[in-house]
Amino acid sequence: MELSGGEILIQFLKDEGVEYIFGYPGGAVLHIYDAIYRQDDVKHILVRHEQAATHAADGYARSTDKPGVVLVTSGPGATNAITGIATAYLDSIPMIVITGQVPLPVIGSDAFQEVDSVGITRPCVKHNFLVKDINEMADTLKKAFHLATTGRPGPVVVDIPKDITDPAIKVPYSYPKTVSMRSYNPVTQGHLLQIKRAVEMIMSAKRPMIYSGGGVVLSGAAAELTEFTRVLGYPITQTLMGLGAFPATDKQNVGMLGMHGTYEANMAMHECDVLIAIGARFDDRVTMKLAEFCPTAKIVHVDIDPASISKNVKVDVPIVGDVKAVLKDMNKLIDEAPHCPDGTAIAKWWAQIEEWRGKQCLEYDRKSDLIKPQFVIETLYDLTKDQSTYVTSDVGQHQMWAAQYYKFDEPRRWINSGGLGTMGFGLPAAMGVQLAHKDATVACVTGEGSIQMCIQELSTCLQYELPIKIINLNNRYLGMVRQWQEFGYEERYSMSYMEALPDFMKLAEAYGHVGMLIEKPSDVEGALKEALALKDRLVFMDFITDRTENVYPMIEAGSAHHEMRMRTNVELA
Amino acid sequence: MHRHIISILMENEAGALSRVAGLFSARAYNIESLTVSPTEDPSMSRMTIVTVGSEEIIEQITKQLNKLIDVVVLMELTEGEHIERELALVKIKAQAKDKADSQDREELTRLVDIFRGHVVDVTSEIYVVELTGTGDKIDAFIKALDQQLIIEVVRTGVSGIARGDRCLKLPS
Repeated sequence: MELSGGEILIQFLKDEGVEYIFGYPGGAVLHIYDAIYRQDDVKHILVRHEQAATHAADGYARSTDKPGVVLVTSGPGATNAITGIATAYLDSIPMIVITGQVPLPVIGSDAFQEVDSVGITRPCVKHNFLVKDINEMADTLKKAFHLATTGRPGPVVVDIPKDITDPAIKVPYSYPKTVSMRSYNPVTQGHLLQIKRAVEMIMSAKRPMIYSGGGVVLSGAAAELTEFTRVLGYPITQTLMGLGAFPATDKQNVGMLGMHGTYEANMAMHECDVLIAIGARFDDRVTMKLAEFCPTAKIVHVDIDPASISKNVKVDVPIVGDVKAVLKDMNKLIDEAPHCPDGTAIAKWWAQIEEWRGKQCLEYDRKSDLIKPQFVIETLYDLTKDQSTYVTSDVGQHQMWAAQYYKFDEPRRWINSGGLGTMGFGLPAAMGVQLAHKDATVACVTGEGSIQMCIQELSTCLQYELPIKIINLNNRYLGMVRQWQEFGYEERYSMSYMEALPDFMKLAEAYGHVGMLIEKPSDVEGALKEALALKDRLVFMDFITDRTENVYPMIEAGSAHHEMRMRTNVELA
Repeated sequence: MHRHIISILMENEAGALSRVAGLFSARAYNIESLTVSPTEDPSMSRMTIVTVGSEEIIEQITKQLNKLIDVVVLMELTEGEHIERELALVKIKAQAKDKADSQDREELTRLVDIFRGHVVDVTSEIYVVELTGTGDKIDAFIKALDQQLIIEVVRTGVSGIARGDRCLKLPS
């Protein structure tokens, strides 16, 4: 069939099984938008700012195992999308971003809305393309999807000049079913000898620790990880990105690790003799002081990206491969192993961990007259744990509280910007999640700082009837900044105080949604219940929380895992 | 901190060079020199990068380069026996005056001979010398010259190839 460039793009997306495009029109993509208008297989979600298009596509991708698709115009359309592209890049999220470009003959002439999109996005994409010939369009798109979704996933930008989508120029189109790139052959199977060495080391551990990350979620290896962990009976800690890959409610889970990890997780990291890192990348917020990272441990590291191995921490047994495939091999070897782990040593290790756990590092003041943010998250968890629920978050204290107090038992339920730490991510990400999971409860845990970075998307939510539940932990401070200033800058609260906040309840109402203001701890549960019962409405819950509350435990910059700053004066349960 | 030479075969695509250069600047790696040119296969370019770093950094550099989608295959030349060459063109003041004063030119010609270079352009006031060799040899030649006489130095940067059977080819 003969199609124009714009039609090829849309037909290709349909053939590729794409459900939604998140985008915003403009001059350079008008031909493409005309092709969108003339079909209804691929649905277009009109956001209010291009950054939100990328976050929404990102949330869609994180909560499914499908890539997110974005369409923006040239120039400012592309530059507005950068934050979202970088967010997806840092967390290895599969995303295809189509950017319009000025026509080929005027590229380089500083034309209206011209920006070198390929150049600008280069450092924050897995790869990018400029389509220079309509005949290459379909193959290029296929490559983009292939690159975005295989190996270590990531965003791929396809820059399409306007004249390539000219409706007057048509060429034959057929869906390219396969793709081959001689320079791109990601490893999937791990090296069997290395896996054997690793299993031997794992089986002979006396103080083992499993440290799993976002790679397990991306690889769809939660079941394999759970089997691995349960068969061995070892403690497991998960990174911010890995939460949910192993059930949080399982006794073997010792919670998140790192800067705001639990006492037991961080202490066990410090004391372990074998560290089993699976789909995690030794991020600085996890390792903290590198010189004292796991000082007594031999380290096994499984990762699909060779460049992640021994980047920050030198490891003893590296295994390059897809986490799922490697875990399958490991589980088989463990199953066939002639001997079991050292039961006495492991029991002793667990006794030590239980002692650390006894500190109850996440306890907080439950008798306060003020709303404690932790209490809001705990209540949200209690009310939603028995239904299909997804939690997105923005970035800051509320993000850490959500990670600490919401118990994720399944992967892809916890959607947050871990690597880039992008404020403004939560609401648009929730839109993508809600579109992918129409009947699920989607809660966006945010703060009055973050929510204002993409607040305009309340309008998108109305247009597409997305009944997101926004939990705004409003402490009238940029809380995480304030906390650091309290600890490290002698309480000089430079610019961390938000003056002139809007009335969020009225703001929500102005956008056509339901607004709630909650000021007393005794109203928290009732408000959440009421909001959750409003199945078809977006509810913006503005919780006025204790503004001096801090996130604990905390490992301050330059400190090691065993040097945590703990909450003091707390009554233990 | 050692000097390493990395040879890369990459897709001959627009922007491939900037991906490599961008990687080095984004990750704060050193580039001492970088050369790129087509190969016998028009779909591929060959790049030679000279960089300096610890073993860990060089390992990261090769891994990150391998991660670039346009990079087909790479090799660290300095891991084995290899030949490296650089070409330099040096423009030097060489005044042709009366015979008694022609000392400068004779001495310069002797120096060029010692380094097995060639004078490839001569005017009444100037020599252009062409010199091929390792980077060290070219450094030594430039150092041996009277610095006052040097007008211009242009060097290609290092190209290199492995000795014997070891070669950088498309994996078959």
